[in-house]
Amino acid sequence: MEPTSRAFHDNTREALADATLQAALGKLTRGFPVKRRQAADRLPEFEDLRDQARDIKNHSLANLDFYLQQFEARVSDWGGQVHWAKDSEEACQAILDICRNANAKTVTKSKSMIGEEIAINDFLEKNGIEPIETDLGEYIIQLRKEPPSHIIAPAIHLSKEQVAETFLGAHTDLPADRPLEEPRALLEEAREKLRQKFIAADVGLTGANMLVAETGSNVLVTNEGNADLTYSLPRVHIVIASLEKIVPTLEDAATVLRVLARSATGQEMSVYTTFCSGPKRLEDPDGPEEYHVVLLDNGRTDLLGTEFQEMLRCIRCGACLNHCPVYKSIGGHAYGWVYSGPMGAVLIPGLIGMNEASHLPNASTLCGKCESVCPMRIPLPRMLRAWRKRQFERKQSSPSARLILSLWAWVAKKPMLYRFVNRQIIATLGAIGKKTGRISWLPLAGGWTSKRDFPAPAGKTFMDLYKEHGG
Amino acid sequence: MSDQPLSSASPRVGLFVTCLVDLMRPSVGFAAIKLLTAAGCDVSVPDSQTCCGQPAYNSGDNLDAADIAKQVIAAFENFDYVVVPSGSCAGTIKHHYPEILAEDVVWSGRAKALAERTFELTSFLHDIIKFEKFNTEFQRTTTYHDGCSGLREMAIKDQPRNLIGKIPGLELREGEQAETCCGFGGLFCVKYPDISESMVDDKVNDILATQADVLLGGDLGCLMNIAGRLSRRKEDVEVRHVAEVLADMTDGPAIGDPDSGGH
Repeated sequence: MEPTSRAFHDNTREALADATLQAALGKLTRGFPVKRRQAADRLPEFEDLRDQARDIKNHSLANLDFYLQQFEARVSDWGGQVHWAKDSEEACQAILDICRNANAKTVTKSKSMIGEEIAINDFLEKNGIEPIETDLGEYIIQLRKEPPSHIIAPAIHLSKEQVAETFLGAHTDLPADRPLEEPRALLEEAREKLRQKFIAADVGLTGANMLVAETGSNVLVTNEGNADLTYSLPRVHIVIASLEKIVPTLEDAATVLRVLARSATGQEMSVYTTFCSGPKRLEDPDGPEEYHVVLLDNGRTDLLGTEFQEMLRCIRCGACLNHCPVYKSIGGHAYGWVYSGPMGAVLIPGLIGMNEASHLPNASTLCGKCESVCPMRIPLPRMLRAWRKRQFERKQSSPSARLILSLWAWVAKKPMLYRFVNRQIIATLGAIGKKTGRISWLPLAGGWTSKRDFPAPAGKTFMDLYKEHGG
Repeated sequence: MSDQPLSSASPRVGLFVTCLVDLMRPSVGFAAIKLLTAAGCDVSVPDSQTCCGQPAYNSGDNLDAADIAKQVIAAFENFDYVVVPSGSCAGTIKHHYPEILAEDVVWSGRAKALAERTFELTSFLHDIIKFEKFNTEFQRTTTYHDGCSGLREMAIKDQPRNLIGKIPGLELREGEQAETCCGFGGLFCVKYPDISESMVDDKVNDILATQADVLLGGDLGCLMNIAGRLSRRKEDVEVRHVAEVLADMTDGPAIGDPDSGGH
């Protein structure tokens, strides 16, 4: 999708004014954190598992070439094929070629953030192939032509009334007066529609929560079971995955799974966890005849060896979104691209460039809540600062902000001058606010006084008063 | 650290006032001196201090941040302890100076040495000095806001609560979202005022839900942000730094209240 991260200020204003979105975000950020806490509290070794999961991914990233080659060899052993894609274009082309070889008209698809990243649906549509999202939330936003607003709850920004409206508009073959007030009715209708699509599809396209090097398997985690119908019914299964999804062994995958659902939804395990290894074997009663894995880089190897390498540990659980007070205020769409929340604010500049995404690392109070809940212990605040440092060094931050900061720093390095300047400012502010204790408008501080009063200072600095008191 | 004996009978403490207390709320600095003196410390206020440099560091200006860090280290490294009435500024000295100066062969050791001796005020009183003789009472219902850096970088949670727990009359009612960021974030609140407003409104609502009449906290940045929003919303909640209450210095106006001008 075309990023709108540049319009971050407009995006946030729109999001803050959207009452439906605000209600949904309030519910989401009250619900998931409590469930995560309860799940973590029920498992005494949860904190140890976080350490283990972190170490597994660190080891995988340090030996990425080895494990990816091992994975490719195992996939070939099963009779499958790995397609290496440098960027979105190559990945889309690889998928299209496989679909064309299979004479595919429709492709069912289970939820994949990489699918969003490379915008595969648009690409397939342009080339005459119909993609059908089969995760309920993704199906809804596909009908609405919207990007997901949350990694694991893509349609969280919508009310059930909006979903009903969407279904009435899209499923025109059904009676217009059918009752759609209840979530159950919406679910049944989507299930009925999707069942026909599952059976008719020529190709099933899934993502991968992990890739297992020792077995050449991809791991699929869902709560709806849609991924299983997506990969097992059509003749061809394509997995689209980014290369950092690799873990060395099944044992490692099991460790990561133990922190994944607990961090995401507070479940001990998601409802469905599937390991797919290659195409159907002779003795298998069903399964796809072809198995392809499109392995996407898209800028990730550029992050290796940099201060952002640890971001590649991310398992897309969404915990950092659920706990982020900024995400809670503005939701996912405001970030302007596929990802959002703290992980998005770190990852997006790495994938689409700082020119597009310059706001994102700055729109954070660095409160640290995200790092405290990340199952992979990714130091997100440290990386947000690292982006700010790059911006500053490359003079990509706003010139006026840089000037004010440099002036301030120059003065702060000269204690006597610093005190002299402060004395004047504080005396003035103290006089202005003496009667009311607050100042409701200040030049150059509109960002503050547009939203809050400025508590008036005492009129003299501590350092001056301390001297007067004989300190 | 808390189990180690004090380095001398009367530990020499350098008070890092913080730029916000220096400029906006001198009473917090005097409260800190009063508490530390009562706890038997020999308190000094080095006059070459300005700011901890966090605005530069959080803006990606690591060179200026490093210069300011060196200035602070040079001014404070001869004390037994550095005590700071702010979890955020203490966190900068304790956790970020060693990062900022990690590559500097001369300064990295000095940064680490200072970091080990740097404490936020309430945790210093509680964990290190074990001071609990507060000569005051406070017949008010309070709630407490945990500043993010203090909470998550410095593990400050129980210390201020245990200290105010010793004050007769004071009732503490916890907000459900006491640990959630108030939306201050230094320059964040002026760069992204709309998001900041939404965050501080959530904070204000959480405070109001406790029906406490005083908000306490250990970080002036958060407190000014919350007090400013309370005042704009015309809500009648008094906002104070916890040190003022502990030091029996609550006679003056609260943060943002009339006549806080003039000392």
